[in-house]
Amino acid sequence: MNGVHDMGGMHGLGPIAPDPDEPLFHAPWEARVLAMNLAAAAWGLYNIDTSRHARERIPGPDYLRMSYYEKWLAGLMDLLTQTGQITREEVDAGRPDPAQARLTPPLTAERVAAVIAAGGPATRDVAAPKRFAIGEPVRARNINPTGHTRLPRYARGRLGVIERDHGVHVFPDTNAHGLGEQPQRLYGVRFTAFELWGEAARVGDSVHLDLWDDYLERP
Amino acid sequence: MAHDHHDHDQGQEPPSDLALRVKALETLLVDKGLVDPGALDAIIETYEQRVGPRNGARVVARSWVDPDYRARLLRDATAAIAELGYTGRQGEHMIAVENTDEVHNLVVCTLCSCYPWPVLGLPPSWYKSSPYRSRAVIDPRGVLAEFGVTLPDEMQVKVWDSTAEVRYLVVPQRPPGTEGLDAAGLAALVSRDAMIGVALAGARP
Repeated sequence: MNGVHDMGGMHGLGPIAPDPDEPLFHAPWEARVLAMNLAAAAWGLYNIDTSRHARERIPGPDYLRMSYYEKWLAGLMDLLTQTGQITREEVDAGRPDPAQARLTPPLTAERVAAVIAAGGPATRDVAAPKRFAIGEPVRARNINPTGHTRLPRYARGRLGVIERDHGVHVFPDTNAHGLGEQPQRLYGVRFTAFELWGEAARVGDSVHLDLWDDYLERP
Repeated sequence: MAHDHHDHDQGQEPPSDLALRVKALETLLVDKGLVDPGALDAIIETYEQRVGPRNGARVVARSWVDPDYRARLLRDATAAIAELGYTGRQGEHMIAVENTDEVHNLVVCTLCSCYPWPVLGLPPSWYKSSPYRSRAVIDPRGVLAEFGVTLPDEMQVKVWDSTAEVRYLVVPQRPPGTEGLDAAGLAALVSRDAMIGVALAGARP
């Protein structure tokens, strides 16, 4: 979707203003939001692409106003209600529906270290054609899907060169929407800064994106 | 974004609306049996105590002192980083990009906040902010200037936009005059920001 989250190349969003003394969390609630996101995901009722799409569907003005963990809170509430794990009535009442039996959380304290260390690889051991070879010129397709995509607007329609073959990865555009993983080849693609930004760009500079087969075409 | 917008609800101030909403949600999730409060504590402890940029600094320092390790890191970063015990969530597919006299690397995620957690921990606010995400790809030299880094004109800048599940670790250049240091001493010179590419090693230890 062409949302405000797809902000690569925009101007006017302010100075970066890094804080060298920034704490890991600005307040205890931020840590709890992070942890609830990770722990609730252990139910396996949604995937990382669904989670990203939940955050990017936050209305644009809110997205730009909210702090990072506010967005994670909004995304989590959305995911938990969409999957029926909680209801709006329960949130309003602040307690579980008494008709529902208490569940057993899949992620216990003892399993946290192992689950984090294992992660969730996106590669899949399936055959997928190598449509493009290293060094081959490609064009990022000019697509404008209303759902989730990881092809930023600034690269669409632009010419690049295949630089690396990352193997076969889950395709976020379908995986985010319950349409299956549809694993396909993922490539590292190099775009010159000149191709992306025109003559203001520095000659020799480049931007590198990881793009799936379906995002690419022969120029 | 919202760098000045964070609630500071520690200390004597009353809890913010956000803090109350989060507490209410946690209570609900725990009461329903959806999350285990001990697991929440363990997750937070992991990123507060064990998984942070010191991990990445050890990887970089090792690559500076051990040419075979450097070769393995550049060939298969996921495996080379796993040798030091750093694996897992948000670092399943790692690539190390090395700064040289000719090339400077900079990492961003324009679409969200993808970041190599096993080696760098949780990202700083500025990395997740709209100003950085929007401008790193179109004006990397202007962004670097905001961090106090000025590169020679002839140096090539490569910006890595983390659009998939591949995560990037910048291997900064070893500072001159550090020949006498061992890996532990060298790791102390490698900042988080140098491994994102917005600082040089040794500049801000």
